[in-house]
Amino acid sequence: MTLNTNALIYFLAFCSGFCIMGIELLGGRILAPFFGSSVHIWGSIITVFMLSLSFGYLLGGKLSTQNASLTKYGLIFLVASIMVVPITLFSQPIMEFIFTHIEDSRYGSLLASTALFFIPTIILGMISPYSVRLLVTDSDKSGQVAGRLYFVSTLGSALGTIITSFYFVLAFDVNTIISAFALTLGSLGLLAIVINTLVNKKEVAHV
Amino acid sequence: MFKYLLLPLIVFSSFTFSEVIHEERSLYRNIIVEETGNLRCLKFNTKSSQTSQSCMYKNDPDKLVFNYTKLTFASLLVIDDPKNVLIIGLGGGTLSNVIHELYPAAKIHNVEIDPAVTKVARDYFNFIENNVVTSSVQDGRIFIKRAAIKKEKYDWIILDAFNGDYIPEHLLTKEFFEEVQSVLAEDGVIAANTFSSSKLYEHESATYHAVFGDFINVSRENRSNRIILAGLKAPPTNEQINVRVKALASRLGKYDIDIKVISEFMDFTKDGQDWPANTKVLTDQYSPANLLNF
Repeated sequence: MTLNTNALIYFLAFCSGFCIMGIELLGGRILAPFFGSSVHIWGSIITVFMLSLSFGYLLGGKLSTQNASLTKYGLIFLVASIMVVPITLFSQPIMEFIFTHIEDSRYGSLLASTALFFIPTIILGMISPYSVRLLVTDSDKSGQVAGRLYFVSTLGSALGTIITSFYFVLAFDVNTIISAFALTLGSLGLLAIVINTLVNKKEVAHV
Repeated sequence: MFKYLLLPLIVFSSFTFSEVIHEERSLYRNIIVEETGNLRCLKFNTKSSQTSQSCMYKNDPDKLVFNYTKLTFASLLVIDDPKNVLIIGLGGGTLSNVIHELYPAAKIHNVEIDPAVTKVARDYFNFIENNVVTSSVQDGRIFIKRAAIKKEKYDWIILDAFNGDYIPEHLLTKEFFEEVQSVLAEDGVIAANTFSSSKLYEHESATYHAVFGDFINVSRENRSNRIILAGLKAPPTNEQINVRVKALASRLGKYDIDIKVISEFMDFTKDGQDWPANTKVLTDQYSPANLLNF
């Protein structure tokens, strides 16, 4: 990987961190009409996000052992983008169904956040270990690279949290914000694929 | 001579020094019951907070302390004897107690999210529960959604879930009001204790108007509190109001509610809307109520 593609990978990791926390924060807003806004709502949301991120790390790490490439990295973003879209499209009927079948709003909200956020967050969780695989070239520096990556993606998460909760909710509808996250993830995925193709062409040309 | 000096001091101190008689931390907030002389108040969060949730005169528990509680009774000028009352947000249980005393046969259901508030209402504010007055610990929105599924109807729905510091944003959206409308009986009314100042006033008015059409604002000249009366099929005529004022005046007097004066504070939005026409309606998708409340 060249210096430029490394910068791209850090940037993408930053954006995925931003989107993950933005979506998590809006989760509370999405669930409230059906399950209230009490502390157990956050219990459900955070549990589901942590659980799916943990599975995502495992899967992403596994995937990175098989011919890792920037194109596959971009594909993860594209899939994540597609998986986020159902949150905007189907959250109402899904929550309505769960609400009418489960009386206890603790388990209702747990099931609803699983239905809405589990799969997209798994995919988003795959990004971190895959980024490490693409960035590390020297095992001596692997810790430093991982540290830098966590720094960048967690900084993204912090900004995603504060900007969404302070400003986005004041300016846009929940679905508009989520769609913007999906669009961002998708475009970044495409960008990674395009750049990888260009870089490969260049390398072929040089040979 | 000495006792003349002492007397004003004693009188003064009995008014200013307040004593915390109960304090607990619930899942949602700190709850403080404070006594200042004859006045017992329920406060949330801080001792210094000026926003008491509910107050009661210990020597005269019938007498209502707060203006907004009194203004809520303007509801009785637009509906006849309520039979099925729903109160979202219990506080000290004052509204429930007074309504029960006025209409002993009416069913009253109170919904309160915080079990500690219900307990404090029972222990310190004489909140009465019996075969017609009931309460449940639940989020108001969830209660109303379930009530709608069960096709329950209420003819007087009182929304009093905002405590001044924090607004449960999912209780101030178009979708929520539509759900409330679905459990409102044919001749019923919704009375909401709402915001009288801040930018939220306009958003709230626009949201009520979007769901219920024209409504009635009840507030004093200084607009320190506002009660919205919404959901009426047809607004009452002045004659109807006057007839009800006459019938109620003496019954409400004992609670220190001057219904004649309150009837003069009623403004119909069909006679003029005091919010800009392009005000954004609050929805489940867009409800930054706490950020707008400044």
